[in-house]
Order: sequence, then C-alpha cells, then structure tokens
Amino acid sequence: MVRAHCRNDRPPSLAIDRLRVEIATRRGPARVIDDVSLEVWPGEIVGVIGESGSGKTMTALSLLGLMPRRARIAAGEIRLGSDTITHLPDAARRRLRGSRIAFIPQDALRALNPVLRVDLQVGEPANIHRRTPWEQAKARAVELLRAVHLREPEQRAREYPHQFSGGMQQRAMIAMGLALEPELLIADEPTTALDVTVQAQVLKLLREIRDTHGTAILFITHDLGVIAELCDWVYVMYAGAMLEQGPVGRLFAQPAHPYTQMLLRATPTVRTVQAELLSIPGQIPQPFELPAGCRFADRCPHRFGRCASEPPHLGIEDEHTARCWLLESLAASPAAAS
Amino acid sequence: MTAVVEPAWRGRGINWQRWRLLAIGGLLVAIVVVCAVFADLVAPYSPYDLDVASMLQGPSAAHWLGTDEVGRDVLSRAIFAARISVEVALVAVGVGLIGGTIIGILAAYFGGWIDLALMRLMELLFSFPAILLAVILLASLGTNILNAMLAIGIIFIPGFSRLARAATNGVLRQQYIDAARTIGMSDARIVVREILPNVVTPLLVEAAVAFAYAVLLESALSFLGLGAQPPEPSWGNMLNTGRGFMGQAPWLSIVPGMAMFLCVLGFNLLGDGLRDAFDPHLRE
Repeated sequence: MVRAHCRNDRPPSLAIDRLRVEIATRRGPARVIDDVSLEVWPGEIVGVIGESGSGKTMTALSLLGLMPRRARIAAGEIRLGSDTITHLPDAARRRLRGSRIAFIPQDALRALNPVLRVDLQVGEPANIHRRTPWEQAKARAVELLRAVHLREPEQRAREYPHQFSGGMQQRAMIAMGLALEPELLIADEPTTALDVTVQAQVLKLLREIRDTHGTAILFITHDLGVIAELCDWVYVMYAGAMLEQGPVGRLFAQPAHPYTQMLLRATPTVRTVQAELLSIPGQIPQPFELPAGCRFADRCPHRFGRCASEPPHLGIEDEHTARCWLLESLAASPAAAS
Repeated sequence: MTAVVEPAWRGRGINWQRWRLLAIGGLLVAIVVVCAVFADLVAPYSPYDLDVASMLQGPSAAHWLGTDEVGRDVLSRAIFAARISVEVALVAVGVGLIGGTIIGILAAYFGGWIDLALMRLMELLFSFPAILLAVILLASLGTNILNAMLAIGIIFIPGFSRLARAATNGVLRQQYIDAARTIGMSDARIVVREILPNVVTPLLVEAAVAFAYAVLLESALSFLGLGAQPPEPSWGNMLNTGRGFMGQAPWLSIVPGMAMFLCVLGFNLLGDGLRDAFDPHLRE
C-alpha cells in the first residue's frame, strides 16, 4: 500500500511484516512482539506509541539486531529498502548500524562516552564504516554539529559531553546518527529527558532532517502530544501487538480502538479541565500469560463474548485500521467506531 | 592521559590538603628516579671499583655513607642499585599491568566460560604466596635479573586482572556501550575506544602501588640471590652482604634498608595520593 503523502517511486525505507519475537524464559517462550507489521516510507515520520512494556523498544532493537541474547525472531520479515535483513549474520548486521540505520537513544548524556571529546564521537561512524582518517572525521563532525544548529561548533566539538546541556547532548547524538546519511533514523523517546522548550527544538530539528535529507524516521514514544505534533502516521502498540494504525489526523480525530480512545482521553489537555486525571484501570498483560483473545479485553469497557476467545485481526490494507471485534460486528464505519 | 584526567577536575579548585600526600610521594619518587636515570652523574664513585686500602670505613667526608667489605663506596652502590630497582619494577609492573588488563577486560567482556576459566586461573596464581611463586618461577626459568622481572610481573597479573575485570563490568553496564553498538562498533573497537579509557585510571593508581611492591620483591629476590647477581649492586644483595658485618659496619645494612624504605614509601604515598585524587567517592 502506498500512502497518499509519500512518493511511490521507491520501496518503503522500512517494512516489518508479521514480526514475532520470542524470549526464552523459565516459564517458556514469551512473545514480546507478536504479529507486528509496520511500514516507514522515505521522508515519512512514523510514530509508535505504547505504554512501558508494550514492546516498542524491543521492536527497535530487533531492527538494529541488538536484541537481548535470549530473544529471537520466531517469524516474520524485516526489510530495509529492498534488502531483507531479518536473519543477517552479526557482522553484516553491524555494518548496517550507524550507516543505513541510525539510532537516537533516550538519554543522550549516558549514551555519550564521558572520557572522549564530542568530535571524536560524532566522527566515529565515518571512521568505522568508511575508514575516514580521524582528522577528516573530526572536521566532518564540526560540519555535522553545525548542521544540527549547535552554536560555535568548532569550540564545542573539542569539549566533553558533560560540558553540554541536555539539548546540546541530544543534538550531538542526532549529529552522530546523521553522520553517514542513513535511510532510517530510529528515535527511542529522544525528548523524554528534555524540558518542553528544548523538546520542541529537537522535534523541529527532526522535522528539518526529514525535509532536507528525506530520511525516514521511526519515532518511539509514550507521549501522544509529541506524536500529534511530529508524525505523519501512527501505530498504537499494546502488549507486543499493534492495536491500531493510521494517519495521525484521522487516528486522533476518530480513534477506532477502545484502547486508543481511552489513551486519548487519559491525556490531560488545557481544554479538558478534569477534576481528576483519567487513567485506564488494570495492567498490561505479561508476555508469557497473554490472553487467548484480545489483549486489551480485561481492561476494555466495551468487551463482549467474542473478545475473550478469539484474537481480532489487523490488516494494513486500509488506510486506518484497528484490531477490535467491535468494529467488525458493527459496520466498519468511523461513525460506528466512535 | 590528559583526556582521562581533565573531566575529573572540572570546575574544582585544587585542594592542597589532599595533594600533600601526592606531593611528598612524588618528591621521593622523583629522587629515586633521578638517581636511577642519572646514576653515573649523581654517584661520586663507581659502584664496582675496589679499594682494599679503605674497606669497611665508616661515614666520612670522602665516603659519605662509608665503604663496604671490599672498599666500594656504599652511597654510589645504593644509587646504582636504584637503577636496578626501578628497571625491574618498571618491567614487572608493565608485564602485570598489560597482562592483567588484557585478561581482566576479556573475562568481563566475553563473560561465560571464558570469564570462569580466566578467573579460576588467576585465583590459582593468587593462592601462592608471592615470594614462593617467584622462587618457583625463577627455579624453572633460571636465575637472572630478566627472569626476576618476568616472575614479579606474573605475580602482579591476577591483581590487575581482577581490578580490570571489575572496572570493565561497571563500564559494560553503561548506556554508552549500547550506544556504541548502535553505531556499528565492533567488539575490538568497543574495548579499545569505550572500555579502555574508562578503566585506565584505577589501573594506573594500582600500578603506582604495585611499583612499591615490585621494589620490595626485587630486593627480596636479590637478598636470596635470585635477582641481581653480584657485583651488580641491588638493595637486596647489599643488605645480604651487610648482614655479615652488622656489628662492625652497620651502615652496610642501614643504607640499602633506608633507600628501600624511602622508595617504597614514596611509591605508596604516590599511589594513595593518586587514588584520592581520582576516587569520586572521596571528592566533595
């Protein structure tokens, strides 16, 4: 499927097809990612939203090939551009990281080596993947820092990470990610540790990178506000599965899945003056005791007989889809869903 | 080295109270090192020249610290002995530091059975008393000063490897290691670029302390006749000869003993001072 806002002359930058990841535990294999499909097209910013434990970070790690030792891809396929990278050997996987797939972590300070100057770290990917001599790599690092709008990049490049503010550290991480112009940028809650004004600047920078380089960005977060502001497309993840996906505008205007609806209602806004903050009762199910039916069934206010016994399906054929029996039993029109 | 040192000192004034140890230790070490390096210039006489006319003389204007049983100048011999001690300590600590660091980092980084095998081997080495292990090694390798250096170095490997392993385990938990993987760093590069610079400080501090121990061990081996061979002067073999003249010429024992004491004290103070300077827990 080609999305309306994307150029269709190229394959998607990233396509995950019915991915299943299992972790071996003493209580048997735990399905931490189950039947997840996702696409990111060139020049698109795609958001993945979910609470802690929903499997969104594990999805990112499976793309990088950096899953924990006991996790394995049990089924499905991951394609980067036109290459299938699902079961690439470690060395080949390593060559992709930093060159074709870049990762921006949540806590930039802790992701930077405290004893190395910033230019050495930002220049590192070029030295690793292209064997660029250090002098050139450092000069390139200054250019990259300038490109992410760090002030006085020449001086700043010679400093240590702790001399940077939180926003500057995150800019340095983004500069490092951009070093080799990757096709795909994975950002795992890159703004969570930042205060709101700095957060806005970083989001603006990500949008600018998308516009100038056409980089596909996979943005992982639990912040609905950030998704609404930044993303073109959004996937809602819950207990290792996709519950709903669609263009940001439509999904926010007419959330189809009861979980998404509750998530949106639980987000405090200026307009909804609430006497009490709304929360969704219950907990996300553990990956080794997943319910037979819908994963959200025990917390869902609209559940009925079929929910507990059979898992609903989610296709990505239509623009906006949700994994809920409610939508199939009623006519699958947006009006009926909301 | 500067790359490691600078961040630790950021924005803090120098606290002389704490740096006193470092200063005293540094001074003593500097004296020993100057004696070792410039022995030919510092020593008033040759350490080998016999002078039967003036044997077993007490301290005098001509021989400040007296002469030994064959009339050699004790001060000159003590100064030249510093050269042997520093040489042996340098090589031994080098062997221990490099060997221990490699083993410790490998054990921590790869974990599992590699860790298990390497650390059990280290414990085996550790379980022997140092001097006994040195004697065993020298007995099998042959007695000369080069083998003494090697034997002392091997004694140091388990200590350094444990330290390196513990420090590496701490670093491996840091997120910048994960971040290094996300930009496609290989294992070898992670070890060299990410781990090594972050574990080098405690290892260097330990090296200063090991230096003092190496000087003692070398003296002990030379005392037993397993290290420096006469007429090569060493504090250990000087002490051994002095033993026979304790009554008539006590300076023969006192001089090398004092030299050893000051040298070991110097390296210990330097080690403690360095540890205090770098230990984040002791920093206010």
